[in-house]
Amino acid sequence: MTATDAPGTSTGGAFGQRLLRKEDARLLTGEARFVDDLAIPGAVWLGMVRSPFGHATIGSIDTGAALAMPGVRAVLTGDDLAGAWTGPMPCAWPVTEDMKAPEHYPIARGKACYVGDIVAVVVADSRYAAADAVDAVVVDYDALPAVVDLEEAAGDRVVIHDGLGTNRSYTWTLSPDPDAVEAAFAGAAHTVSERYVQQRLIPEAMEPRGVAAVPGVYGGDLTLYSATQIPHILKVQIAATCGVPEHKVRVVAPSVGGGFGSKLNVYAEELIAVAVARRLGVPARWTESRSENAVATIQGRGQIQNMELAADAEGRITAVRASLVADMGAYLQLVTPGIPLLGAFLYHGVYDVPAYHFECTGVFTNCTPTDAYRGAGRPEATYAIERAIEALAREVGVDSAEIRRRNFIRADQFPYASIAGLTYDSGDYEPALDKALALIGYEQLRAEQQRRRDAGETRQLGIGLSSYVEMCGLAPSRVLASLSFGAGGWEAATVRVLPTGTVQVVSGATPHGQGHETAWSQIVADKLGIDPADIEVLHSDTAISPLGLDTYGSRSLPVGGVAVGMATDRIIEKCKVIAAHQLECSEDDLELVGNELRVRGTPGRNMTVQAVAFEAFTAHNLPDGVEPNLTAQVVYDPPNFVFPFGTHVAVVEVDTETGAVDLVDYAAVDDCGPQVNPMIVEGQLHGGIVQGAAQALWEEAVYDEDGNLRNASLMDYLVPSAAEVPSIRLDHTVTPSPTNDLGVKGIGEAGTIGAAPAVMNALIDALAPLGITDMAMPARPERVWSAIEDARRGSGPAGEGAS
Amino acid sequence: MRITLSVNGEERSSEVEPRRLLVHHLRDDLGLTGTNVGCDTSSCGACTVLLDGESVKSCTVLAVQADGHEVTTIEGLAATAGASDGEGAAFHPMQRAFHEQHGLQCGFCTPGMVMAAVSLLKEQPHPSEAEVREGLEGNLCRCTGYHNIVKAVLAAADEGVPA
Repeated sequence: MTATDAPGTSTGGAFGQRLLRKEDARLLTGEARFVDDLAIPGAVWLGMVRSPFGHATIGSIDTGAALAMPGVRAVLTGDDLAGAWTGPMPCAWPVTEDMKAPEHYPIARGKACYVGDIVAVVVADSRYAAADAVDAVVVDYDALPAVVDLEEAAGDRVVIHDGLGTNRSYTWTLSPDPDAVEAAFAGAAHTVSERYVQQRLIPEAMEPRGVAAVPGVYGGDLTLYSATQIPHILKVQIAATCGVPEHKVRVVAPSVGGGFGSKLNVYAEELIAVAVARRLGVPARWTESRSENAVATIQGRGQIQNMELAADAEGRITAVRASLVADMGAYLQLVTPGIPLLGAFLYHGVYDVPAYHFECTGVFTNCTPTDAYRGAGRPEATYAIERAIEALAREVGVDSAEIRRRNFIRADQFPYASIAGLTYDSGDYEPALDKALALIGYEQLRAEQQRRRDAGETRQLGIGLSSYVEMCGLAPSRVLASLSFGAGGWEAATVRVLPTGTVQVVSGATPHGQGHETAWSQIVADKLGIDPADIEVLHSDTAISPLGLDTYGSRSLPVGGVAVGMATDRIIEKCKVIAAHQLECSEDDLELVGNELRVRGTPGRNMTVQAVAFEAFTAHNLPDGVEPNLTAQVVYDPPNFVFPFGTHVAVVEVDTETGAVDLVDYAAVDDCGPQVNPMIVEGQLHGGIVQGAAQALWEEAVYDEDGNLRNASLMDYLVPSAAEVPSIRLDHTVTPSPTNDLGVKGIGEAGTIGAAPAVMNALIDALAPLGITDMAMPARPERVWSAIEDARRGSGPAGEGAS
Repeated sequence: MRITLSVNGEERSSEVEPRRLLVHHLRDDLGLTGTNVGCDTSSCGACTVLLDGESVKSCTVLAVQADGHEVTTIEGLAATAGASDGEGAAFHPMQRAFHEQHGLQCGFCTPGMVMAAVSLLKEQPHPSEAEVREGLEGNLCRCTGYHNIVKAVLAAADEGVPA
């Protein structure tokens, strides 16, 4: 892809280059500062006393022994800090008018509702002293029956929040024409009815969370350092929940070590640090341990999906009916209830489907709250349709690729008004499929697969496809309003050309590994014809970047990056006004070539952008009414989501004697429109694909019936290492989005969205000769082995019930 | 207890609790915060440093065990190769390979991953891709899917990284 493929971009050349990252030097040398790296003189350390019970009443809390320990300053309970909050912790997405939401305060009082619920906080002089004292706080718990299983929870045998009277938080339905769905199923030549379980996942960003609240003792202000994806949203919420006037709050996200949605939240520990810092008048800090992270940071997924397709005799889908039960966990965190609904519109995927029904019931359980995890609702939707279409292919008796071709939304149907109410901006799905099949060597693999089947080899080959589309670039504010989301979806950018000709870009997006400093520099450099090295991108500090809505939902580029491009366009417009005045020509006579504003047809009459910036700074000779300085701010509210798409192909080898599954090859062809920096795009895909494959093969937060997380450490929870995964083959197509000036679409979640169904389809494909048509995630060896044994004995289900 | 370590070529003497972990000593006592803590079970490798030239997870070493030994952290790595190039920073060839191959995103696992990779090439100067993958098994990364990390280590091996 070259810059000239991109609509609305100049030919400056920086757009589309594999520019090495500006962020790297500080991260590679240890100079970067994560929250725990900050030197904060006089800070006290916090330790959280957490419930070891999934469901228990909290009796007396004996703090005496802890308080007697050296270095311990205080032990504070929910009662002690009750006056510190002006309101409960926020859930910003009440998805229905009658949604039931328990009041959720940072420290539980009366009752603990999951293992990890905070019941008291220790304040000490050092992290070691805090950790010691946490163990010395004696809490008198009275254990209650816990409920962990989703469908059991929906039955209300145990009700977690007494005041709500039920564990069912909401039921949300999208059913544009129920009669049409009924008619389609009644008249179908083929139907498919499947049940899938989206197991709970632990996001496991490599940096655990950390927070440090620093009060301005005399000024009354407060600075909060947090390992967060959302400093801007957090600032508003600190004001709302802690009673600090918003104009006195500054939130800084220093270097942040990954998020994947898990740092898109307002957490109890952040609010507790603020409360303690204000109460004691000293900085208060906390760093999460990894095992603590497993229970204290939100988890992802957690759904039971019932998925039905109706199709005609050729396998063309005539209706989709999806019904979900979604695990909220014990409380509603920032956007918990809305996460399944981010997939609600995508259960027909890349296929042209005329009838649609979706419903989702959100249910409380005695587990850690769920919330956004890479893809957030869209991996679940993609998994359901991409597994189900394989079931349809088996039913109809056609190849995996062919069933997709018969159902794809055609290129000439874009912009495509979907039955679920979306307008897919642009797409051309079949070329991505063709390219992916060629990249992996599909025909040769099918031949090799047949050879192994014929030879009865113990290492069987499986090939799995997944064609996805996702909606990202959150989001048009009015659409968010229609979904009852509590905020808008705009993003802000400021571009300043400084008097000496270098440039500052201020972005409201909040990177934590995505390389915004590099990519935003390329966007500006491309338009202004200047060196990316002369551009500095500032972000993640509400005092420096006061306006923003942060980074999640693959929104940074299609909303925040587009805003940067628009602000740069305004700089160019202003340059032309000033240059036209000084060169005594019409603005229309000026063209920007590289960094020079030239008077067309008059060689030698020109000014550089940098020279205009100096003139704008001195303001000695500006046109009447033109403000000094070369600066522009844009707040961009996108008119639509953007819809990246692609096809992934996974190849697995299954040892039919042991059940071991090896992911041996992987090809992905993705389309995110013009790529600002292909190197960064590929990096996002590599990581995303491995995260998606990990859901298929290795990862699951395993709870026992009492609500204990059985694999809370990285020793027990299997985040894949380099040894588990192959190198990944990537290619792309380029279908620009018509909705924004740069034509760009988000790519942060696409890899994860495409990967899990591709891997599971490959595994099931490998086992097809045994008659196996289903397998639950994660496909651990014993699960696969049991399915093979059951199939050989001709008994029992191989799927979701077989764990 | 009083201990004296040679850290990045400099003698550092301190009073520490016997139970203090080397990683906390480096970070909290000596101010070398480049070495990160990513877990509490010695699983993730973010805290990997070189102890007498060999990679160790500094969360499984007590500070007192390092008494009298040489420790190299990410802050001191470039100097071990006499490096003074890079874009505004002094890079060891392994650091440069990670930069050039986009072998890092959020950068939290990176110091440990780089130290483990340096140690790996010391033991196996010309590893295969599979050997690199096996050799880095003790270091977790959540961003890159390892693809570009493996490329970086192989590129560094091709250039003959000094041990």
